[in-house]
Amino acid sequence: MSQLDLRELHSTEFPVPADMQSNVAITSLSKIYNWSRRSSMWPMLFGLACCAIEMIATAASRYDTARFGMEVMRATPRQSDLMIVSGTVTKKMIVPIVRLYNQMPEPKYVLAMGACASGGGPFKEGYNVVSGIDQYVPVDVYVPGCPPTPQALLNGLIALQKRIDGQSLGNMDDVPWYGVGPSDPVPVPILGPDIIDPRQMEMIRAQAERAASGESYGTRELPAAAMDVIAPRTEAAARPAQAPAAAEVATDDPDRAEALRKREEALARKRARQAAQNLDS
Amino acid sequence: MYGVGILKGLGVTIKHFIDTYVDDIRYAGRKYMRQENFEVRQGLKAQGAFTVQYPEEKIAVPERFRFVPFLIVDDADHPERPGHDWCTSCGICAKVCPPQCIWIVRGENPQTGRPIPEPEAFFIDIDICMNCGYCSEFCPFDAIKMDHDYELASYDRTGAHIHDKQKLSKPFSYWRTIAPTTAAEEAEARGGWEHTDVIKERKKAEAAAAKAAKAAAQAEQAEAAPEAEAQSEQDAEAAKAERLRKREAALARNRARKEQENQNDE
Amino acid sequence: MADQTINSEALKTGDISAAVDYLKAQYPDAISDDTREGYNGIIIARDQLVEVARAMRDDLGFDYLSNAAAVDYLGIEDSMEMVYHAYRTSGGAALAFKAQTPRAQAEIPSLIEVWPGADFQEREAYDLHGIAFPGHPNLRRILLWDGFDGHPLRKDWQEAYYEEDHKPFESRWPKGFVRRAEELNIYGKNVKYPADLDLNSLADTSEESVYANMGLGVDVQQLDNGDELQTDKLVVNLGPHHPSTHGVFRMVVTLNGETVEKLEPVMGYLHRNHEKIGERNAWLHNMPFTDRLDYISSMSNNLGYALAVEQLLARGARYQPPTYRAEVVRVLMVELTRIVNHFWAIGFLLNDLGAFFTPALYAINERELILDFFEAVAGSRMMCNYMRFGGIYKDLPERIHAVANLVNDKMRDYDTMDYLVELINERIPRAVDQLDQYLTDSEIIRARTIGVGYLPKEMAIAYSAAGPLLRASGVSYDVRRADPYSIYPELDFDVAVRYNGDIYDRYLIRLDEMRESLRILRQLLPRLEVTHGEPIMPGGKQGPYMPRVPIGESYGHVENPKGELGYYVVSAGDAKGTQNPWRYHVRAPSFINLTALGQMCRGHKVADIVAILGSIDIVLGETDR
Ligand code: SF4
Ligand code: SF4
Ligand code: SF4
Repeated sequence: MSQLDLRELHSTEFPVPADMQSNVAITSLSKIYNWSRRSSMWPMLFGLACCAIEMIATAASRYDTARFGMEVMRATPRQSDLMIVSGTVTKKMIVPIVRLYNQMPEPKYVLAMGACASGGGPFKEGYNVVSGIDQYVPVDVYVPGCPPTPQALLNGLIALQKRIDGQSLGNMDDVPWYGVGPSDPVPVPILGPDIIDPRQMEMIRAQAERAASGESYGTRELPAAAMDVIAPRTEAAARPAQAPAAAEVATDDPDRAEALRKREEALARKRARQAAQNLDS
Repeated sequence: MYGVGILKGLGVTIKHFIDTYVDDIRYAGRKYMRQENFEVRQGLKAQGAFTVQYPEEKIAVPERFRFVPFLIVDDADHPERPGHDWCTSCGICAKVCPPQCIWIVRGENPQTGRPIPEPEAFFIDIDICMNCGYCSEFCPFDAIKMDHDYELASYDRTGAHIHDKQKLSKPFSYWRTIAPTTAAEEAEARGGWEHTDVIKERKKAEAAAAKAAKAAAQAEQAEAAPEAEAQSEQDAEAAKAERLRKREAALARNRARKEQENQNDE
Repeated sequence: MADQTINSEALKTGDISAAVDYLKAQYPDAISDDTREGYNGIIIARDQLVEVARAMRDDLGFDYLSNAAAVDYLGIEDSMEMVYHAYRTSGGAALAFKAQTPRAQAEIPSLIEVWPGADFQEREAYDLHGIAFPGHPNLRRILLWDGFDGHPLRKDWQEAYYEEDHKPFESRWPKGFVRRAEELNIYGKNVKYPADLDLNSLADTSEESVYANMGLGVDVQQLDNGDELQTDKLVVNLGPHHPSTHGVFRMVVTLNGETVEKLEPVMGYLHRNHEKIGERNAWLHNMPFTDRLDYISSMSNNLGYALAVEQLLARGARYQPPTYRAEVVRVLMVELTRIVNHFWAIGFLLNDLGAFFTPALYAINERELILDFFEAVAGSRMMCNYMRFGGIYKDLPERIHAVANLVNDKMRDYDTMDYLVELINERIPRAVDQLDQYLTDSEIIRARTIGVGYLPKEMAIAYSAAGPLLRASGVSYDVRRADPYSIYPELDFDVAVRYNGDIYDRYLIRLDEMRESLRILRQLLPRLEVTHGEPIMPGGKQGPYMPRVPIGESYGHVENPKGELGYYVVSAGDAKGTQNPWRYHVRAPSFINLTALGQMCRGHKVADIVAILGSIDIVLGETDR
């Protein structure tokens, strides 16, 4: 990992004689871009709970993330490109987390470390716990475990590097942050009577109206879509949870609208591809 | 006098630095290669840096290590029940699981509707599982065990993080390789390497065979009395041991049933 | 006159029943015995609570309020109750007393005047149980945000993912069709809004009260008193995302130039609802959850909980105490944990002093070796889940060894006892000496720490500080000696005490404690040899997976590396013994130690705040629970 092996950089189109391979590199821009990006990830120094202790142990001398160029843990989001969400995300904490995420410059990656950050973890049922950081910000790699051992975290970091290796500059699907300026920030949740995600405003309003008009109201009552989830289902579980439809972003500028639309499409394609990959593997 | 503290601190750093090279020289460049070197370097005798060069070398985890659980099934080449679940869907693990991340659908006989000792489906949500190990500790059939494979990073959790029965099932021989001592202890407690049910079946078959042999021996008694006597003595002893074992098994079953009933009552 | 002084001296050291008699004589109509089955202590009429408490402190010598917990008895008595445990710093058992209030308009007078250490605990009861404390100067929510709907620890409050009152849930077996809790929630998130939610007037008010008392927006002109420079105050947030707050802790600080005028801790950023979940869990379920309280010292958390529940179990007919082997192994683990924790604390204290990460790297080297041992014995590096009611999970293995499973796995194989002997006799002492050698005399450390963050003895006691924080202020109070448990009475060790009460002494006392722990560990090694092979659970049998616990209450406390960790558990309801705790409260040392933080920081510079915080050594899993 630590040494620069020029052979890693070779792009396949141009054959290089074997004896020259360690002296000359012919590469594509994407490859060198990815290579330098993945070899100098700077994680944000950001610990939430128990998993953070294992994250520190990973960064310490025994496991040593410096071997991957990740030893420069930055305390400020402005200088980091990887957010390792290490621990239980609470509703009170998600507000600063979303702000921090918005402050990170692109390209940025998020790694959910541990059961809590991935999907709520053992404390999921609690009233102050968010069931997974991906409810609010997009996640690139999930590392299960409670806590993941340092080696498991390293495995996750390598998985992230692999993911970056697979990106291509020519492909809007992979690098959505090029071409249209910075992406829109994730709306910061509001701490009301319970946490409020501004993206769900419409839904909340509709529910509140129902409540006001005297109709039965409450979270225990299930929407029709959820009803058939409860109905027996014996095959494998886990169909992807329905992500709430992002609110339409109104914009006046036709160019920007076009670019945004393209990006949305690209992201959708990417997701589909990933899902397919996941099924394959 | 300012500066002494800093020098002292630097001294410690330099000592570690040199120690690392002393180690290198001692192993003449083979520091990262050999098994014995690894053991020394990762143990209490280590002096210098003791970095593990993951992923080129990994610290193997100890036997009791717990990560996410898995279910034991019989090996594919098992003579009697290849690929058969060890789990009898008794539900104890689902009850004892602190964050309640185990879901079990008990098997049912489609004709009679009576439960059968086999899970129809088995799920563990590893996004909730806290790797506590209770499920494997309290499973009366040694059917669920804690896995040692921690390399589970994935790009998508919706599909990959609820482990279903297919994903959870691993052959018994796998458990024997990752935890030989523990597996041997458990086997001793069960009375054999097989699942309790198989052991019981075999015992029954053995007992039947012994009976048949005894009958045959009795028939032959007239011909060779002294020989038969020795034989029957052996038989008697075997039968006695068998009875004892049976009684114990019955007691254990009884207890398990009672406990289960208790659970159900509440 | 002389007679009276002798009398009062005797009262201050006399046993609990004498104290209760004295109180009953003084306040005949305020005090009654708690006669509920399995309960002890006294119930004090709430209108005289403060007076009686003052008498307890002044006349009877109960100067240390350890624990204050609220309990909601909905469905049993329809009342709420505050339970207090007061101790003498000279040692002895607890005086437990209670005050009751109806559930509607719950109100209990604040004890903050008698014991300032009640501050955060009363705020917590206000936040989670909705009990008001007239007389409390700063009664605000502490763990949840302002504007949160309801008081979650009330028994009739249900959260968004509520499924059933008690575990195990029906839906898991035998018809356990898997589903994620999100799928059942309308919003797909762990939220639930009150029916009268008014979105139009929605505003995030959670921050306002945080700044309310910080002197924000003072007009400089009005500060003019003629002879000083007119300066505006600066209000600064430290955290929740800050490299030196040891997690997601936040402090709001009012600065005058560089000097701290007022500091207000803001917490709850890691409030994981430990107690609510704990009351839904079965008794055994809570054990792995306690690992996640103070996640650096999970073994001692386990022990405290096991002790609390064993006290209750001891009321049952067929209870057998833990075997000697189990006790030895328990103490072994707990003392190793103390060393792990202090290495960690010292390493990160240095981090906070500005020696970024290098000392921490050295300090946590040895930690890895101890964690290897934990991993081989208990199965996990951090979340050990090792103690059980009546014993431990499994005996020490003969060999610490691994089996290759993944590609490139490299194995190690050591004899367990050899490993322990070398660890305890060689490796850790050497590391402690090394730390001592290159930190204790460093001028930078001395300059930054001596005289900083001073906490006088009286104040440390009054604020219910515990652990190294208390002992560095000259109070020789250690639960292992004051109210002994396990096999500590037969072990030979000293309670480390230092007298200056500053950061430097808190650092030194951690070194002292590590050395004392090593002394204990050395005495344990022969005991381990002698008891080798003896059963680790009474009768050599595994305990039941759903233990039933006789009804009653108990308070189990242990000396955790960070201070006194207590568990107040109530088993109520089912006369046969319950499967689930009715109340499960954690007296978290990190949480209560923070009460004194504001006092300690006043007058120091901004840069000292993190050092003072580092010297208290908090861990957020326990602070916020
Ligand atoms: S996943 Fe487990 S170890 Fe990590 S933060 Fe959550 S509870 Fe703690
Ligand atoms: S306890 Fe064992 S046998 Fe019972 S359901 Fe669980 S895995 Fe199956
Ligand atoms: S390890 Fe613990 S949390 Fe995980 S499935 Fe087993 S019992 Fe449940």
